[in-house]
Amino acid sequence: MALPKYTEMRYRVWHYSYLVICTAVFVFLIAPLFVIIPLSFNAEQYIHFSDGMLALQPEAFSLRWYEDMVYGTKNPWGIAARNSVYYAFFSTIGATVLGTVAALGLSSRYMPYKQLIMSVLISPMIIPLIISGSAIFFSLAKLGLAATFPGIVIAHIILGTPFVVITVTATLSGFDDSITRAASSLGSTPTNTFFKITLPLITPGIISGALFAFVTSFDEIVVILFVAGGDRNLTTIPLQMWTGLREQLSPTIMAVATCLIVLSTLILIVTELLRRRSERIRGISAQ
Amino acid sequence: MTAEIRTSDGELLSIKLKKVERRRRTTAFLLAAPLLFFIVFTYVIPIFQMLGRSIDNVQMNEFLSETHEVMQTWDGSEMPGEDVTSTFYYELKTAVENKYHGKIATRLNYEKGGFTSLIKKTSRKLENFDENGNFLEQFIDVHKKWGDIEYWLAMKRGTDAYHFRKYLTTFDFEQKFDGSIERIEEKKRINVTLWLRTIFVAVGVTFCCFILAYPISHLLSVLPTRYSNLLMICVLLPFWTSLLVRTSSWMVLLQKQGVLNDTLVSLGIVADESRLELMYNMTGTFIAMTQILLPFMVLPLYSVMKTISPSLMRAATSMGATPFHAFRKIYFPLTYPGISAGSILVFVLAIGYYITPALVGGAKGILISNRIAYHMQQSLDWSLATAMATVLLIAVLVVYWLYNKIVGIDNMRLG
Repeated sequence: MALPKYTEMRYRVWHYSYLVICTAVFVFLIAPLFVIIPLSFNAEQYIHFSDGMLALQPEAFSLRWYEDMVYGTKNPWGIAARNSVYYAFFSTIGATVLGTVAALGLSSRYMPYKQLIMSVLISPMIIPLIISGSAIFFSLAKLGLAATFPGIVIAHIILGTPFVVITVTATLSGFDDSITRAASSLGSTPTNTFFKITLPLITPGIISGALFAFVTSFDEIVVILFVAGGDRNLTTIPLQMWTGLREQLSPTIMAVATCLIVLSTLILIVTELLRRRSERIRGISAQ
Repeated sequence: MTAEIRTSDGELLSIKLKKVERRRRTTAFLLAAPLLFFIVFTYVIPIFQMLGRSIDNVQMNEFLSETHEVMQTWDGSEMPGEDVTSTFYYELKTAVENKYHGKIATRLNYEKGGFTSLIKKTSRKLENFDENGNFLEQFIDVHKKWGDIEYWLAMKRGTDAYHFRKYLTTFDFEQKFDGSIERIEEKKRINVTLWLRTIFVAVGVTFCCFILAYPISHLLSVLPTRYSNLLMICVLLPFWTSLLVRTSSWMVLLQKQGVLNDTLVSLGIVADESRLELMYNMTGTFIAMTQILLPFMVLPLYSVMKTISPSLMRAATSMGATPFHAFRKIYFPLTYPGISAGSILVFVLAIGYYITPALVGGAKGILISNRIAYHMQQSLDWSLATAMATVLLIAVLVVYWLYNKIVGIDNMRLG
């Protein structure tokens, strides 16, 4: 981004102020996350940087809030974490299978009413969660599944499928049909073609859709407020955080939040690897 | 005449083609069918059923069906006759025996305040009634409110099977008993304020996101890949991080004893006793929502800017345009698809926001979603909640329709 020597003064000023603005926006985006991490190691009960912390004294830092997170009795983080993972795991499988199969149909040239069906399938992502939450609660209550484990998984499948449908159709839109035709002309059965040719090529799309579905379920808070019905055994991490934040900001929540930031960093790394892989496979730069 | 072309097995080619196409259509549809039926039955239909509650009063109509029928002949200009009061007496008696008089009281209370206590007191005294005497007088003896004709009028319209009055309440209007529509008294007007605030926040946040996202998306799109990948982390890490984590980090920052205020005080910019009120008001909601929704603006903008060739700008400047002119005439119009995609995405997400306003917004920073949740979970006025939800849903669907027109749903990209 170096400027040529002949650049006029006013463009120089403009250029550097542009860089300053960009830096400020990047800080605005990322700094709030990093405030949490040191605070979770606070030895005191208050959520602020104590003098000791600012002076980097070792006794001002401790792991007591992580201890409280694991062994503490006030908030059942253990049950919450287990439930969150279970819900996310099962709903990801459901959403990925349903969404991928639907995307295969939707990318066909012969799909009837494509626009309409696509709109219906995407709707859980567009409609405000407060409306989705109460509607899903009603539908589950009618089936007798409200405040049950399968009920919450169904709710999360509904919310997760649009992401899978979108990512897989996007992958399929860049798919070269002549490859599958070549396979059939060489005598491959349609099933064989799908598993040997199509599936490996769209796998990055499926994995990134699955990742979206996983995160959607793992972070979901509004719908579960309606569907879990206050049952402590069905609670999730976001639900516990919500309850905790409504009462008081505690350092334990900071510890949980730090763990979640580590988790999202892992997800970021996985998506980056996926993106590079799909770039390599296609030999073009992905959007 | 063209010769009929046949396939190797002797079938007409045109017929064979149609058959193949039909089979492919069926296959495509069957693939999408499982998810389609799943979404329609567990999601789309329940939404419509739920929204139907905003006009549905059938249960109430059944509870007091005979009273409602008799009341149709009563014009409401003077106190109801014995035919009405006696029917009501017998139906209320049945209600008390079957223990649903509480529901009647709650429902009628939405029509006119005071009905809860009125029905409860009357239900307790019902056994003392003389079934041969004058019912209206006995009702008035139990509670003098029965002498007020408005309660009977409220009952008349409160037992209609369907009504649209909740939509009036949604916009702070009410229907008087003479049928005229007026705004409700000033201190009770809250919904219009909330609608306006929601629109203001949604538009404002969208605009701020656009202003903040444009320069950084541009920078990301022109930097060499290894730098831009690194900076992209600043956008993607918040994007993948839990909403509650980001909301709590804003609570830590914006609190009165929070990091931001502490820093300002220690720098001497703000006095310790006049710490800034950054949370539990609109400021907090606005700042937090802007940061949380910013990645949704950056990602579509970036993907559009990435495709704009830098030689276009160079061509414009080489032909004599100043950099600003070239930007305005060449670069900016080329980014319209990204701007519209990002703006509509952010707007749709912002207009239904619930969690962040509830935690950071306090009473002055809540949005319409919080009001809907309040009516669903606390005041339990389901018809009002669903009426508001319907209006919100229509607003979102209009924007979604626009999105489809401008950008096309097939072009939606994530991450």
